[in-house]
Amino acid sequence: MPEATRIVLPEEASVLRTLKAGDEVALFGVLFTARDATHVRLADELERLGELPYGLAGNALLYAGPTPPRPGWPAGAVGPTTARRMDAWTPALLRAGIVATIGKGPRSEEVRLACAETGAVYLAAVGGAAALLGGRVVSATTVAYPELGTEALVRLEVDGLPAFVAIDAEGGDLYAQAAREWRVPSG
Amino acid sequence: MISARSIGNAVRDVLPRLACTLRPDVEAALKNALASEPSARGRRVIEMLLENAATASSARVPVCQDTGTVWVWVELGADEPAPPGIAAEVDEAVREACRAGLLRASVAKDALLDRSNTQDDTPALVDVTWREGAGATVHVMLKGGGSDNASALEMLPPSAGEAGVVDAVLRAVEAKGASACPPLVIGVGVGGTFDTVAKLSKRALLTPLDAPTPDPSVRGLQERLLGAVNASGIGPAGLGGRTTALGIRVLTAPCHIAALPVAVNLGCCAMRTASIEVSGA
Repeated sequence: MPEATRIVLPEEASVLRTLKAGDEVALFGVLFTARDATHVRLADELERLGELPYGLAGNALLYAGPTPPRPGWPAGAVGPTTARRMDAWTPALLRAGIVATIGKGPRSEEVRLACAETGAVYLAAVGGAAALLGGRVVSATTVAYPELGTEALVRLEVDGLPAFVAIDAEGGDLYAQAAREWRVPSG
Repeated sequence: MISARSIGNAVRDVLPRLACTLRPDVEAALKNALASEPSARGRRVIEMLLENAATASSARVPVCQDTGTVWVWVELGADEPAPPGIAAEVDEAVREACRAGLLRASVAKDALLDRSNTQDDTPALVDVTWREGAGATVHVMLKGGGSDNASALEMLPPSAGEAGVVDAVLRAVEAKGASACPPLVIGVGVGGTFDTVAKLSKRALLTPLDAPTPDPSVRGLQERLLGAVNASGIGPAGLGGRTTALGIRVLTAPCHIAALPVAVNLGCCAMRTASIEVSGA
């Protein structure tokens, strides 16, 4: 594997557009956690306000619900949840200015097309590696919806969070490519 | 006599270890897969999973943020009466682990009518059955939502036979396996009825991957299934490779002459189970 590309978010978000499906990245800077219940709230606010709330435009969403914090672990264990559950809301969020989403598993065709249309990317983090990923979180601040518990909108500062480009800004899809490349032909 | 308190204590004692350590046979299987996986990206993913396991156990941090629903299966010895109050004792143990930050509050009050979080990861799911012998065996599993969502149940016609069972497993893996945190541990139940076959597939996940399968027919089926699943190309984290599953365990049961029920329980790479023997007071 070639070296991971180091990217500071949101400042260097434009670098994301230059990457290809399959590239490894190490993320630094700011991510916002959002999962199922968070998306219901965000979609509602987006519709009412006509723009993304909480300064989310230009930022990346991490589909994750952390375990409770503990000393030295500001977001406890934190790792990606299944991205396809967020597919219904994603195109609208990308058009409103979200530059990257981070989760696990394949996305819908609508999300792939919305990435190509807006220049956003979808990154896959490794599911089941939440202690490793949680160890890369420097700070966690609840921004909205604290009543949702683990589904609150939380601003994370991360230091080298590893992920792979799963859908690139031209719509290239790693999940589709990988299955083609590695499937054993049936004889 | 087995008391509800002794069962609650067994759950209380095991939850911290269960949340923060990878099952030894799963960790060993990951190490083997690191040596055999031909995809560089696949190996990178497996390296991360092994580093994760080491970090989690040394720092006492959960291996996965999805600490799942807590399933407790109590197998009582043949002559043991069912002690009252098991569910309350188990829920109290779960509540304490949640307060200690070892379990994430991951339970909605009602699937349809009220999706608000119960805030303490209760209620746990508790089953009580009887087996031969004395004492009790308490099985505990933390089952992640992502892998459970990727599981499947099919009521096949008996004529479908073993080929039908293999196809059902492959359909489940192809449909959603990439989202279930592969390399997977797969539990397959065959037989029983619509309701019991799912339970059978969950129990199959309790069997360590390095434990021998006594029945040669079942052993052969498990090997064929593993070969077929790993030919899918889905690979570690679904990002391509030849390690889509670490192991597959099949449990079979009697069934109606008209039926061939099959349940495919996809378990994630953080398969967290423990089985504890409890003796009577």
